[in-house]
Amino acid sequence: MTEQQAIAGTDLLQLDRGVGDFHYKMEYAYDAGAGLSEQTIDYICEAKNDPEWLRDFRKRALATFLREPLPTHWASKQLAELDFSQIRYYLAHGQKAGRTWEDVPEEMKRTFERLGVPEQERKFLAGVEAQFDSEAAYSNMKEALRDQGVIFVGSTEGLHKHPEIFRKWFGKVIPTGDNKFAALNSAVFSGGSFIYIPPGVKLSHPLQAYFRINAESFGQFERTLIIADEGSEVTYMEGCTAPRFDTATLHSAVVELVALPGAKIQYITVQNWSPNVFNLVTKRGMAMENSEIRWIDCNIGSRLTMKYPAVILRGRKARGEVLSIALANNGQHQDTGAKMIHLADETTSNIIAKSISIGEGRSSYRGLVKIPNHLKGCRNNTECDALLINTSSRTDTYPAITLRGNRSSVQHEASVSKISAEQIFYMQQRGLPEAEAMSLSVNGFVNDLVREFPMEYSVELKRLIDLEMEGSVG
Amino acid sequence: MSLQICDLHARIVERAILRGISLEIRPGETHAIMGPNGSGKSTLSKVLAGHPDYEVTQGSVVLDGVSLLEREPDERARMGLFLAFQYPCEIPGVSIANFLRAATQARLPEGESLSVTDFYQKLYHEMDALGMQRTFSSRPLNSGFSGGEKKRAEILQMAMLQPRYAVLDETDSGLDIDALKVVAGGVNRLRGPEAGLLIITHYQRLLDYISPDFVHVMVAGRIVQSGGPELALELEKRGYGFLEERYGSSEVSPLAGAGTPG
Ligand SMILES: Nc1ncnc2c1ncn2[C@@H]1O[C@H](COP(=O)(O)OP(=O)(O)OP(=O)(O)O)[C@@H](O)[C@H]1O
Ligand SMILES: [Mg+2]
Repeated sequence: MTEQQAIAGTDLLQLDRGVGDFHYKMEYAYDAGAGLSEQTIDYICEAKNDPEWLRDFRKRALATFLREPLPTHWASKQLAELDFSQIRYYLAHGQKAGRTWEDVPEEMKRTFERLGVPEQERKFLAGVEAQFDSEAAYSNMKEALRDQGVIFVGSTEGLHKHPEIFRKWFGKVIPTGDNKFAALNSAVFSGGSFIYIPPGVKLSHPLQAYFRINAESFGQFERTLIIADEGSEVTYMEGCTAPRFDTATLHSAVVELVALPGAKIQYITVQNWSPNVFNLVTKRGMAMENSEIRWIDCNIGSRLTMKYPAVILRGRKARGEVLSIALANNGQHQDTGAKMIHLADETTSNIIAKSISIGEGRSSYRGLVKIPNHLKGCRNNTECDALLINTSSRTDTYPAITLRGNRSSVQHEASVSKISAEQIFYMQQRGLPEAEAMSLSVNGFVNDLVREFPMEYSVELKRLIDLEMEGSVG
Repeated sequence: MSLQICDLHARIVERAILRGISLEIRPGETHAIMGPNGSGKSTLSKVLAGHPDYEVTQGSVVLDGVSLLEREPDERARMGLFLAFQYPCEIPGVSIANFLRAATQARLPEGESLSVTDFYQKLYHEMDALGMQRTFSSRPLNSGFSGGEKKRAEILQMAMLQPRYAVLDETDSGLDIDALKVVAGGVNRLRGPEAGLLIITHYQRLLDYISPDFVHVMVAGRIVQSGGPELALELEKRGYGFLEERYGSSEVSPLAGAGTPG
């Protein structure tokens, strides 16, 4: 069997919500309890043995979080339903991740086996980190990469063992005060990855993180920092699942990427959250001279997702790209988009966003492209396409492009297409069940974009779309 | 073995459109239905296919011994019923080839998968026969197609899916004379002892190429007259006026009165 075949035959991230909808009763050795205060921060700092600078950092972030209003005025009123006093901010079994699956506590190991993580690791991954609630249960990387100086560890280990790299970049791409949820993450973050790729090292296989929420009324706040040194290349992918609970689950991550001159970072997210999850994530990359940052972001499920991956194009000839797909089914709101901040000459950016709204589902695109006056030779292309399946869906586009001066160029296209009951009937008349007819339309709609994805992920995405359509037909 | 329509009544938003249709189509037979605008011909075809907007209030439809009316549209299709729509709708983003692959795959037993090479061989063969450029197969189905191209695409789908019973709703309208011949050729290739056809048309010119075994006239939701091919010729000469006088129309459709062919 070729490697490609092996990959195609494996469910890449196992994000099937049905498969993910289970949880184990856990005895947590560490539990910060419900609600958020200075004591919660102290509890987390003690449990994680944080250095003093970090305790201060967290407390300042808490103050910012408490001060900032909820962005209900521009985003969704649904945010007001989040009761921060009911959420549990830190739940862990221990702070040390296993280096082998044998070291991982039984329930966690079984969880990740059910999700297929060890199998994928054996088949095609360069390294895996598997986080269970607040801490990583497992973290490992191929020996050869360690020898080349690649670092792939959890955020806690990163800040303890590699402070000279960690502190240089941590919170620099996304400052604490960037937005209310970035502040929240900065206050209580735990888990996530710290990755450093030395100059010239090009990873041929992806590094993967799997974020698993097990507990009810829980908030997961992983923090990821990836630094690709000069001329290096890395693909990182993340998957997430959570069981379905009646109460709200909060997922609020911060991801910072730094691409040093000539480096390439590709960050792939395919997530399929259960419908009680509030997914409020800040993702931003800084691209230095001649480097490239590419976000591939697929959001399926959740109650409300707010996510606008960004690239700050800081060095000459830097390139930024966001390819995003959002699918909002009944009772879901996907508020997604992209930001490109051009700060140097000859920087280019490309945004292609496709959203699908089904039934009562709602999706919005929010973009921001800034090219200041003094720059020359910059280019941006923005394309947002919406597909509405049946009439009650809605979609909004807020493209916000600011181009000053005439030495740069932007191109913007937007389209809305609809799949009506009449079209579904037509396809059914040819023998396709309703769910399949919808899948076919949705896959047709995202097809040209998915073709840009690494092959493995397009297979996974297609499968998720099929599942989601089956669910929507009831 | 037949497609048997028995005393079929159907309505849409409280308005009765079909008022007792009975018709039996056996494999090997070709039936034509003619009738004034608004008499209910398209309604009949959509009710057979299971369009959700129409409510059947009376009667039955049995396809090869299996009752049809309580089944989903896609089940009916897989049982062998095909409808070439009068107004085929556009399916953006889904190419003809992908659409037909999915539809063909849907007819295979669970666990069996389509041979892609066989599929394309057949597809290209049918496209050639219908005078369609092969590159057409990668265009999104019906999107931006001209009226005639849409009708050809309907026949292409029929040819690929090989239905047992096909209803063709005004597949001839909007076709130029050459296209008409090509489309008629496609229909004739499906004909044979295995397939039953119901052709809805306003014009004798299609029936010149596809000579029907039976011709029925629908007026105001009923079949008011049936006969052989000569009936179509007579209608072409005399119009529907004399039938409408006898069987009424305005209570069913205010437009129907104006509906003479031509
Ligand atoms: N969705 C609908 N809502 C309301 N009335 C409808 C609807 N569909 C059909 N009708 C009415 O039902 C009657 C029959 O329409 P139908 O399309 O079946 O006629 P037809 O015989 O196919 O006419 P034509 O020769 O013009 O194609 C018409 O009066 C039409 O206006
Ligand atoms: Mg009609």
